[in-house]
Amino acid sequence: MTTTAGTRPPRSSAGAAHAAKRRGPRTEALWGYAFIAPTGLGLAVFYLWPVLQTAYFSFTEWGAFGGHTWVGLENYTRLIADPEVGRAMLNTLMYTALGLIGIPVAIVFAALMNRQGLRGVSVYRTAFFLPVVTMPVAVAMLWRWLYNGDYGLVNQVLSIAGIDGPNWIADPATAMYALVVVGIWSSVGYNLIIFLAGMQGIPKELYEAASMDGAGRVRQFFRITLPMLSPTAFFISIVSVIGSLQLFDLVFVMTGSGQSARANPAYSRLQTVVQLFYERAFVTNDRGYAAAIVIALLVLIAALTVAQFRLQRKWVHYV
Amino acid sequence: MWKSARSGAALLCAALLASACGGGEQAGGTDAQPGEKVTLSYGVWDATQQAVMQELAAEFTKTHPDVTVNVQLTPWADYWTKMKAAVTGGAAPDVFWMNGPNFQLYASNGVIKPIEEQVDTSVYPKALVDLYTYEGKLYGLPKDMDTVGVWYNKTLFDQAKVKYPADDWTWADFKESAAKLTDPDKGVYAVGAELTSFQEYQYNTIYQAGGHVISPDGKKSGYDDPKTIQGLKFWTDLIAAKQSPDLKTMTDTAPLQLFEAGKLAMYWGGSWNVAEFGKNDYTKDKVDVAPLPKGEKQATIIHGVANVVSAKTEHPAEALELVKFLGSKPAADILGKKGPIPAYNGTQNDWVAAHPEWKLQTFLDSVAYAVPYPVSKNTAAWQEAELTHLTKAWTGEVPVEKAAADLAAGMNDLLAKE
Repeated sequence: MTTTAGTRPPRSSAGAAHAAKRRGPRTEALWGYAFIAPTGLGLAVFYLWPVLQTAYFSFTEWGAFGGHTWVGLENYTRLIADPEVGRAMLNTLMYTALGLIGIPVAIVFAALMNRQGLRGVSVYRTAFFLPVVTMPVAVAMLWRWLYNGDYGLVNQVLSIAGIDGPNWIADPATAMYALVVVGIWSSVGYNLIIFLAGMQGIPKELYEAASMDGAGRVRQFFRITLPMLSPTAFFISIVSVIGSLQLFDLVFVMTGSGQSARANPAYSRLQTVVQLFYERAFVTNDRGYAAAIVIALLVLIAALTVAQFRLQRKWVHYV
Repeated sequence: MWKSARSGAALLCAALLASACGGGEQAGGTDAQPGEKVTLSYGVWDATQQAVMQELAAEFTKTHPDVTVNVQLTPWADYWTKMKAAVTGGAAPDVFWMNGPNFQLYASNGVIKPIEEQVDTSVYPKALVDLYTYEGKLYGLPKDMDTVGVWYNKTLFDQAKVKYPADDWTWADFKESAAKLTDPDKGVYAVGAELTSFQEYQYNTIYQAGGHVISPDGKKSGYDDPKTIQGLKFWTDLIAAKQSPDLKTMTDTAPLQLFEAGKLAMYWGGSWNVAEFGKNDYTKDKVDVAPLPKGEKQATIIHGVANVVSAKTEHPAEALELVKFLGSKPAADILGKKGPIPAYNGTQNDWVAAHPEWKLQTFLDSVAYAVPYPVSKNTAAWQEAELTHLTKAWTGEVPVEKAAADLAAGMNDLLAKE
């Protein structure tokens, strides 16, 4: 996003004629391009080209074993009329919105860990970070067991308090919330580390000055820590919204993997856009339509990201 | 290429005592020329059968010294996704396992080769030969077969003082036993009305009720047939009567797990469950198997895996020889000792004898009235619709009649697109 100062292209600084005479800056630019070429090439081949191809395929109909015919906007008109797409979009947005609760949770934990003289910080850090380095599939399997309505640990604990817990993942009323909890649990460690780094970057003088002015710890947190952390929070929010919108593995495993997921009574509350894409592309052999679904998701992600960049002016403080 | 294939065929004819290669003599009388070495890839999905497949591959090389078979295992979960990608990219194995739901998709797209030469198919169950015949052409030779029966927990039957299922029991007998076997205090249910496994549950009762899943020409759904609906109600009634766990419970804990924990008295399962129940300490000496109860008709779903040849193989002659060998009696004899039920008639005794404590003959006897697994060109599409619509009937959200009517409409739309 930001380029380092001083390496501007010669045209803007000195004018084309001048630059042509002095070979230096031009070869410098060439070298620059040479250095970014591997990354650029990788991006072009593995990201840009597939995106363009997918966009093209979204206007076609595919055979099960390749071969496609142009169908114009047919996939998109079908997409708008398809109740499953609307439902999957809503589920995904709901998960994304609820998942943002993970940000204040991470800030609170980071603040608690950032206290002076707290012992065993690295132990806590490791404990919180473990879910992040665990494979999502393993996380999902584990939670599937914890949430089991008859034999799961969650309901065992609740039964001590005399509560008869539901089938968390199979009950339409609880499934989405149960999923969000797992999502937050598995991402809080990563967010926490970033926030912790952000907090350690806040100048100590600010706190010293504040305590001299008589501000207590809580007030310092709300008046100094939070505003100073807002750029970090903005970054986390952008990344986690994009991640949530692409949710797949967790739902795929937790609902009951593969086609049997559809036999989960809560499936209509859990199905995400990427999962619908997977079903169309790999289960029912409807790849053109699947391409249209992901292009729609791409547009949604772009729209939400642009909206977030617009909104940041209202709440993000850059020093 | 062609020449080496022919000399290879001649060579194997000389070596092979089996009569399957009768036409060999006129193919070439020349003596064994050291032909070009050929390696065939053979795609399979079952890890438990990998060893016996390698044994069969080695056996094939004994009679065809120029041909080596490379068994490629892809686990079931990825098998069809990978196969589709491999076929699309022109890198499919020369010979691979095929199943019913996928067969017509592959045959209608011309990515597997029909077996052009005359082979004796009377040695296989007719339902399986029909399953792998598309537009009058046979594409694969059946390798194994499976049928469905009722596995039951003898201990739970004894405790409830219920007679073990008789060979000629009916739906009425089943329902009577189910009522007696259910014991809410102990958390024991009669049976789990599983939704996700149509092969073991709904398809059987649908045909037993005299209904059908798909019309014989594969163009119309049978879900709006009142008799088909009877077959579905068989299961939803059990859930309503609390003789089966509800769908939420079965989503969390699969009926197979419940049966193996002594929470279900009966489990509708396949002949393939033999391996599972034989290994499990709980079920090992507590279970036995009975035929499915008779409704208006007697019926069980039969399915089996077949070996097919990729249309793009570079060695079509050798690949066909391998398929013929894998479908032959010597191969079936080897398979029956270690694997599933071989499809070749008369070779199944070893399979039955492996577990004398169970009435495994049940699975073979039921072949007489077995119904082939229902399929069409894009089976996966309407199998998804089955789950989408019937889930609502299973939870009781929508009456079975309505869910079945919606399913029939949805399935007809999908069939029209095939």
